[in-house]
Amino acid sequence: MLSIKDLYVSIDGNEILKGINLEVKPGEIHAIMGPNGSGKSTLANVLAGKEEFEVTQGEVTYMGEDLLEMAPEDRATSGLFLSFQYPVEIPGVPMVNFLKTAVNQHRIARGEKELTAGEFLKLMREKKEMIDMDTQLTNRSVNEGFSGGEKKKNEIFQMALLEPKLAILDETDSGLDIDALKTVAHGVNALKTPNNATIIITHYQRLLDYIIPDHVHVLYKGRMVKSGGRELALELEEKGYDWVKQENALQ
Amino acid sequence: MSVITEKADLSLKYAAHYNEVKESLREGSPQIMNDLRGTALQDFIRQGIPTRKVENYKYTNLQPSFTPEYEFIHQRITTEVDLNAIFRCDVPQLDTHLAFVSNGWFYENNRQLSELPEGVLLGSLEKMATEQPGLLAKFATLASTADDPMVALNALYAKDGYFLYVPRNARVEKPIQLINLLQSENDTFVTQRNFIHIEEGAHVKLILCDHTMNLNKYLSNSVTEIFVGQNASLEYYALQNHHNNSASINSVFIHQERDSTANTLYSTLHGGLIRNNLKFILDGENAEANLYGMAFIDRQQHVDNFTQVIHAKPHCQSNQIYKNVLDDESTGAFSGRIHVVRDAQKTNAFQRNNNLLLTDKALMQTKPQLIIDADDVKCSHGATIGQIDEDALFYLRARGIEEKMARLMMMNAFTHEVIQQVKVEPLRDRIDELVDKRLRGEMARCHDCAYNCES
Repeated sequence: MLSIKDLYVSIDGNEILKGINLEVKPGEIHAIMGPNGSGKSTLANVLAGKEEFEVTQGEVTYMGEDLLEMAPEDRATSGLFLSFQYPVEIPGVPMVNFLKTAVNQHRIARGEKELTAGEFLKLMREKKEMIDMDTQLTNRSVNEGFSGGEKKKNEIFQMALLEPKLAILDETDSGLDIDALKTVAHGVNALKTPNNATIIITHYQRLLDYIIPDHVHVLYKGRMVKSGGRELALELEEKGYDWVKQENALQ
Repeated sequence: MSVITEKADLSLKYAAHYNEVKESLREGSPQIMNDLRGTALQDFIRQGIPTRKVENYKYTNLQPSFTPEYEFIHQRITTEVDLNAIFRCDVPQLDTHLAFVSNGWFYENNRQLSELPEGVLLGSLEKMATEQPGLLAKFATLASTADDPMVALNALYAKDGYFLYVPRNARVEKPIQLINLLQSENDTFVTQRNFIHIEEGAHVKLILCDHTMNLNKYLSNSVTEIFVGQNASLEYYALQNHHNNSASINSVFIHQERDSTANTLYSTLHGGLIRNNLKFILDGENAEANLYGMAFIDRQQHVDNFTQVIHAKPHCQSNQIYKNVLDDESTGAFSGRIHVVRDAQKTNAFQRNNNLLLTDKALMQTKPQLIIDADDVKCSHGATIGQIDEDALFYLRARGIEEKMARLMMMNAFTHEVIQQVKVEPLRDRIDELVDKRLRGEMARCHDCAYNCES
């Protein structure tokens, strides 16, 4: 589904990612962990198409296409979804308009008929129940005045509406209390199918108690320094990132 | 030196023309208008057409708009054409009392005025001032020729405009809609003088729509005086939509008594040069004024909103929100002055001006000014000039919304705050639609007319 080969990325002349390799297959859950500043969010944003990052080397193939050549909106409509670390507040753009436009743009891309207002509201009600989303929130402007937890939940709500093939959750757990974390994890698990894949980017092991990854990777200073199964996350939790840093310093 | 002479010559040209035509101007005009002309001439000559050295006109160069050779219309031209028949406002569900003003003259065959509530008078200023001068006792008490050369120039040439009188406790449920038509064979200089008196406890909504019939150059200079009585209310919507070959200078003066409310909203979509002078005097306790404005301009359009709010009595509230979207090489200005006089305690006065520049060449000047001579007041002002938030744009695109559509959503969002202040629902829907069309780069027009297809 996703294949990253030897990816180098810079911003303002600073090299952030230095040769990333990653293979994600349908049905898999990958966790990318690492200390702050290791390049995790950069990877997420490059995959979603944020323009200020410059890819200096390497390639990314998504569903057989050159992902790096695609506009952000085309990536989205072909099933790639980024749950933002910091969802943006957009005063004046009503949530309902935004969500309806997004859903219909996805449908148009798939050659399906656009949903009418009534059909859309019905879909929205279903997904709200699934995510346990506060009904009042969709009456506001996009993310405006949402608490940290509400913003993250809103990301998962959008994921539920758009049903992506590949979801990238960028620090979706950070700043969440344990109840909110459980709700978010529940949502992600409920959306899981054998055909879609998830990349969880996180600093902490905590979320992985609720969403069980198939593969765990450790990103440090722009490189994948370790890969393994779920046990790697537990080992990291126990030993801390200093363990990775020290091992890396020795090499 | 020659440039200076030329500028002085330009002002003198307008003064000299007055001397040539003053007999025909005076003829048939009401006494109260003729009485002003002498002083107006002196005041106009003293001040001249403002250059950018004049502080109040620092950001707007009026000189080029006065340079073309215009035709003046000093006598009422009785049109054969029935405007009621050729013009139909195509806003669905907008049920209004519709009247026309043509080249500054109140149209004599307006149809629907008989339906106005009893005692409400809407008509030609010239006619009303002649027939019922008692109703115009306050005429020219707000618009001083000594302070602004454009007011002086208006008083010099004014013959007609609209007159509206809403008697005590009258409630005009349907909005009154005035279509301001510009239609002439030649490039034309248009002077319009309006007068509105809303008595105690009366309520009225006014919608002013611009409409240009052809691509000739027009320079229009209008002055409107509005008196809002105790506990009365006014909603005033101006849809500025003349073509880009036209220039218009609009001066509106609003005097409010205690417990009154006046809301103004200017929606500027088209027009080459637009200067809106808006002066409020809150002259009774607990009066409330809300000033809203938005402009969407491109190419070489220029829009200047110049507001003054004078808090003359305690416990009044004023609120200003002006938003502009500037594309291409367009330029804009906002100057907002709040003056809280001594003893106008417990004043609440707010002002905000936000601007979105879509190109590097668009230019916006914004100048808030607070003059506070009382000590127990709440006043604030804020101004921003910026570009579209790239992070927000990326967020929308990352949800599958294509870039162009995402930009449109952002621009609509930017002005949403002003649009939602339109309380007449079909009008709000229409403005929403016009703004949306404007932002999509389509012509935003109300009717088949000579919009800025060429200019």
